[in-house]
Amino acid sequence: MSVATLEVRNLQTHFFTRAGVVKAVDGVSFTVGRGKVLGLVGESGSGKTVTGFSIIGLVDEPGRVVGGEILFHGQNLARLSEEEMRQLRGNRIAMIFQDPMMTLNPVLRIDTQMIETVLAHTKVSHEEARQRCRDTLGMVGIPSPEERLKSYPHQFSGGMRQRVAIAIALLHRPELIIADEPTTALDVTIQGQILAEVQKLAINTGTSLIWITHDLSVVAGLADDIAVMYAGRVVEDGPVSEVLDKPLHPYTHGLIGSVPSRNKRGEPLRQIPGMTPSLLKLPPGCAFRSRCDRATAECAAPIELMELTLGRHARCIHPHMEAVAA
Amino acid sequence: MSATMQQSQGTAHVPERPIIELIGITKRFEKKLDFIGKLAQKLGAPIREEIVHAVDNVNLSIRKGEVVGLVGESGCGKSTLGRVVAGIMPPSDGEVLWRGRNIASLHGAEAKEAKLRAQMIFQDPYASLNPRMKVQDIVGEAPLVHGMTTRGGFDTYVDEQLRRAGLDPTLKKRYPHQFSGGQRQRIGIARALAVQPEFLVCDESVAALDVSIQAQILNLFMKLRADLDLTYLFISHDLGVVEHLSDRVVIMYLGRVVEQAPSEEIFARANHPYTVSLLSSVPRIEARKRAFATVKGEIPSPLNPPPGCHFHPRCPHAFDRCKVEVPALKEIAPGHLSACHLNG
Repeated sequence: MSVATLEVRNLQTHFFTRAGVVKAVDGVSFTVGRGKVLGLVGESGSGKTVTGFSIIGLVDEPGRVVGGEILFHGQNLARLSEEEMRQLRGNRIAMIFQDPMMTLNPVLRIDTQMIETVLAHTKVSHEEARQRCRDTLGMVGIPSPEERLKSYPHQFSGGMRQRVAIAIALLHRPELIIADEPTTALDVTIQGQILAEVQKLAINTGTSLIWITHDLSVVAGLADDIAVMYAGRVVEDGPVSEVLDKPLHPYTHGLIGSVPSRNKRGEPLRQIPGMTPSLLKLPPGCAFRSRCDRATAECAAPIELMELTLGRHARCIHPHMEAVAA
Repeated sequence: MSATMQQSQGTAHVPERPIIELIGITKRFEKKLDFIGKLAQKLGAPIREEIVHAVDNVNLSIRKGEVVGLVGESGCGKSTLGRVVAGIMPPSDGEVLWRGRNIASLHGAEAKEAKLRAQMIFQDPYASLNPRMKVQDIVGEAPLVHGMTTRGGFDTYVDEQLRRAGLDPTLKKRYPHQFSGGQRQRIGIARALAVQPEFLVCDESVAALDVSIQAQILNLFMKLRADLDLTYLFISHDLGVVEHLSDRVVIMYLGRVVEQAPSEEIFARANHPYTVSLLSSVPRIEARKRAFATVKGEIPSPLNPPPGCHFHPRCPHAFDRCKVEVPALKEIAPGHLSACHLNG
């Protein structure tokens, strides 16, 4: 963990809307080591996608990164100019989106799009670029890549399209890939195939991954570390097996309890009451306290992410410590 | 709750008139040739009408009070089958029997009655509610038309429906866009229950919801089942949800039922190679840093399905017979049916 690929410190991304300031990301910190997979988990509106977009510099107006540092090999990405960022993006940091059609241009053939990506960052001949595209397509498990290069995006199935998007992200052997719910829209057997490919790639190429998802089961099998987000903040982080087996924060605890396979068949699921609060005018203190069964008056005061046991942090003053002690 | 489950499990093999029975249901979607197409065909162009067999000769019976989980990947025909069962879509071939009587043969008041008995809850809570109607009209319109309530009793009736689905009745004058996803799904549930059905078809009803909200809605489904003695056909691609909720699971692949068995049986002793690979593909929260098992290939196009067993091009155990002969759905253990040549 000494040379971290990415270190995010107290990241703050706010959206300045007409209705007020939405603090979509409000003080997020985490570290991703070389070749490690970080699972960034949260429900809709928790700020996990905006965190990903902030790292790669794709936050649109009225949003802005207003504070914190994004250290990529020690270099603060938040301070880079648009041109410097463009040099990094797609080259050393890549992103995979939920919908592959966000990556792919529907009116261009796959070869046009892929070769363009190669030539944008490296000086190679057209033929060499083509060769590299072919190899990368083969690497992500697309059969007969030579012929498939000549196809248009609509001629691929959903799973194949996502593979093409992954191949494009891999073209420059990036040191960091940010994957935003890339398998959510896919069928389980196809999801299994993609996860297997990604796992293989992370091991073989030493690429670090940030895997953004709402599905705890996906990160359980894939990630090394996990950071759970709620209302724009990381509420808990730590090694995957520790967090999932012995969750400290009541929100993580409730989230894991809501997963059907964790419950006895036919019994009511352990549910979290209420719903996610609006990020507009979020009161100070713990954002989860209105839904939490452990909340007390002290929870209304601001709470920092604290190291509770070795390597594990939670933003809570009433954590489930009994799980760790046991 | 668990007592009623036990009961329904106990009576699982007692022959009893099912509430709904499907006999040889087939649903085809045909794309007719237009004028130019017909002309081109006459001139010898290799064009023909395209036919999709969305559902292919499915037999299924559902007993009163049972929860049947219907599982399959996109394009397997599970939603189409759900629509046929709910009476929204007529089958191309085959019969739907409602308490032993063919729905197609019913007329007038009886046909209306049968239609009301089966209701559907849809996947997308954003698309399945009319954005220009107030919640009270979305929920109350159908019962008013069908005489289940009167103008005078309308408010009390709607309040009761909303409260049962876990919504605050004071919100009934609002429009759908003023609600969150989970609340909208509750409106959909209140609408379906307002006409006092006995049978609910839930088509991916929790797929669009966050995990914590999904748990709330699943609990509501289970509570309603106990309170109102409902029967469910629960369509989902999420095996975790289906395992938790269902008494019996039916697995579909490319329009055909490949396996059906009681819940515990199918998760403990899956027989069909497709079911086995489906179960091993599901990410589990208990799993840690594991190699993801994969099935090779993708679902073939339903326009041109492979001959014989539809699964043979992806099946690790396929042999010659699988390529020519369609395997019949046979009972391999009590209540456990599987369509695979490996069973002899």
